[in-house]
Amino acid sequence: MELHFDQELSQLKDALLRMSAMAEQSVAQSLKALVQRDGALARQVDTDDTSLDRLQMEIDERSVQLIALRQPKARDLRFIVMTMKIAAELERIGDQAVNIAHRAEELNKEPLLKSWVNIPRMAEITRGMIHDTLDAFVYEKPDAARAIIGRDDEVDALNQQLHRELTSYIIEDPHTITRALNLMSVAHNLERIGDHATNIAEEVVYLYEARDIRHQRD
Amino acid sequence: MDKPILQIRNLNFWYGLKQALFNVNVAIAPHRTTAFIGPSGCGKTTLLRCLNRMNDLIDGARIEGEITMHGQNIHTPEVDVIELRKQIGMVFQKSNPFPKSVFDNVAYGLRIQGVTNKAQLTVRVAESLRKAALWDEVKDRLDESALQLSGGQQQRLCIARAIAVEPEIVLMDEPCSALDPTATAKIEELIQDLKQYYTIIIVTHNMQQAARVSDYAAFFYLGQLIEFDATEKIFTNPSNKQTEDYVTGRFG
Amino acid sequence: MKLRHSVKELWFGAMLACAVMLSLALLTWTGFSVSTILMLVVSAALFLAWLRLEREQPQPGSLRRHSVDSRAVVFTAATGLATFAVVAAVVIILGNIAWHGAGQISWRFIFGGTGEAMFDAHRAGIFPMIFGTVALVFLMTIGVLPVGVITAIYLNEYARPNSLPVRLIHGAINNLAGVPSIVFGLFGLGFFVQFVGGGIDNLFYGGQLHYRKPALIWAAATMAVMTLPVVIVATEESLRAVPNGLREGSFALGATKLETICRIVLPEAMPGVMTGAILAIGRGAGEVAPIMFTGAAYYLAHLPTHWTDQFMHLGYHVFVLSTQSPDIERTEPILYGSVLVLLALTFLLNLAGVLVRAKIRARMRSAHG
Repeated sequence: MELHFDQELSQLKDALLRMSAMAEQSVAQSLKALVQRDGALARQVDTDDTSLDRLQMEIDERSVQLIALRQPKARDLRFIVMTMKIAAELERIGDQAVNIAHRAEELNKEPLLKSWVNIPRMAEITRGMIHDTLDAFVYEKPDAARAIIGRDDEVDALNQQLHRELTSYIIEDPHTITRALNLMSVAHNLERIGDHATNIAEEVVYLYEARDIRHQRD
Repeated sequence: MDKPILQIRNLNFWYGLKQALFNVNVAIAPHRTTAFIGPSGCGKTTLLRCLNRMNDLIDGARIEGEITMHGQNIHTPEVDVIELRKQIGMVFQKSNPFPKSVFDNVAYGLRIQGVTNKAQLTVRVAESLRKAALWDEVKDRLDESALQLSGGQQQRLCIARAIAVEPEIVLMDEPCSALDPTATAKIEELIQDLKQYYTIIIVTHNMQQAARVSDYAAFFYLGQLIEFDATEKIFTNPSNKQTEDYVTGRFG
Repeated sequence: MKLRHSVKELWFGAMLACAVMLSLALLTWTGFSVSTILMLVVSAALFLAWLRLEREQPQPGSLRRHSVDSRAVVFTAATGLATFAVVAAVVIILGNIAWHGAGQISWRFIFGGTGEAMFDAHRAGIFPMIFGTVALVFLMTIGVLPVGVITAIYLNEYARPNSLPVRLIHGAINNLAGVPSIVFGLFGLGFFVQFVGGGIDNLFYGGQLHYRKPALIWAAATMAVMTLPVVIVATEESLRAVPNGLREGSFALGATKLETICRIVLPEAMPGVMTGAILAIGRGAGEVAPIMFTGAAYYLAHLPTHWTDQFMHLGYHVFVLSTQSPDIERTEPILYGSVLVLLALTFLLNLAGVLVRAKIRARMRSAHG
């Protein structure tokens, strides 16, 4: 039986999906701005972030209203609470994308330091994680969400590898330090994005299984 | 709010010497659900019954102030209270179906108005029962006694009966207080559906119910209106401390 | 079941029994003398003391059956005896009547006229009396039901409760109910026959005698006044029993008070109204004193054809037979037969009312579900 409440819940879900599409897009655009050294695109990512922030505030306000007015229970309650948390993670992913865009603008001031290997690979993985975890959310597949968590290890590994590589660049030629640090920063941002995507996956598992799987790894 | 359909201005009400309502001012929005909430004895039912002048039936009832519908004062001699009650219907706390068949119950108001054509009656009765989400359950039992229905069905029948005469406003006095949670949920859904056709004013002592179904809420205490605002404001951030205490369950 | 009594209880029981027997003996031999009254007082005191005797207390927590309280046994026996006595009385009376009257019943008796052979058991017939009684009851009911029901509706639905008119009317009804039936007869004579009848004759017949005499209509009117309290009270009770929620529901739909009464309240109260009608009919068929001066006749050659005619009446006929008969032994069978027929007629009239009420109730039951 479709209740009026169900309509309100699906409106909330739609808002979250819009937000995730925007977050994914931000990450993609920021990488493009970085790799293609496109300053205009980088600035675009910055301005687009305000829409993302506004959407998060909307989702939070609507969630609080629904809790006050509808007294949700069981799955409805988990859904609303997790929606608020996932929105927060997506907002921070957006912030990380903005950081990457800023680094891109900095890096554009000097010539390319090295070929793009790890960073695009990290971006690809994390984008896939965001996409797949939101899919798991939409299609109610907690196991698919679980599977995503493992991919974060690869992101972390790539980050550490790049870190070592860039450290050796700096030792060899101290003039590369600015570019190297910027690149390390980008890698760090991407690693954070991976962590946020992992958090989202954990929240999706909680929503559908009522099981809290956070803080369990190693 | 759109132009209000019902306006209550400086309303004071006495049962004999005892004053029950003190200077109440409320504007009722059309095609919305407005809830009157508050602890027992705060005057919400008294106010509701003033709106369709059911309090006229009580000995010693005295009213001061003004209630206007579409701008016209409902207490002037030109207003026929019978006509008023056809515009403002009422559903009571304890469902009171007549000891007649389901069909005759819903058709009662129409027959009073002079509709005798059997075909017309059949159509309008079916329409009302559909709007009241009762049609599927009674369509094969229209000639059976209304008293054979379950409590929740009887209350929906009373709603169908009230809306059969196509009132503009439907007053509901704690319609679910005698029902179990499942029947209550059905009626709460129904109230949200009926908004598109009618303006609904509901008195409830269950504030969670008011939170679920209403668009506007008026909080009363000891005969006074304490706060009147959009429901989401009343339940997330009321302006008045008394309202907040009531809504958070700290008193009443 | 154990009857365990303490010694104290046994002594008390014995003393009480002795006291009662002594009282009865004194009553029989000395009437209401001082000693009798004294003994009765002693018996009463002993009885009260016996009631308040302390019984064996049950052990706390014990679920075992305790000794039977002798008070319970005695009271149960007493109620049984009383019921039996009442039933026995009815059976004896009816039996006696049926036994002696049955022989008189025949086609001729029921359906024949009387002629002058009213006191002759072999030739008497009581059809005119039966006809007259039924006609009286019929007219009375037509008169009393509308007036009584409408009055009750006014009292319960329109008038302010406990207002002066209501209290006056209730007072009048109570007094009316207590008036002896012979007084009603005199009232009927003075008011209906002389005053109203005379007035009608003067107004419409130029003084010719049409209404200013004993007539079926005046007897019916008198009986209607007499049975009015019963109908009003029964109707009022049944109106009061209609839940107020139904009235409110009707008003809220825009019905007037009259519509609400006609469509909802009165139909719901119908069985109660019928009960009042049944009670009225019961009295109407049996009472004699009110109709003696207002319409009943000792002997008529033909049946009444118009309500200004007099009529013969079963109850009155019984009175006539027992007081006017030249030879009481020869008339006795007719007497018994008439009484039997009167009882049967009353029973049938009541039954008719009960059946109508049952039909109404059955129709309501299908509406009530």
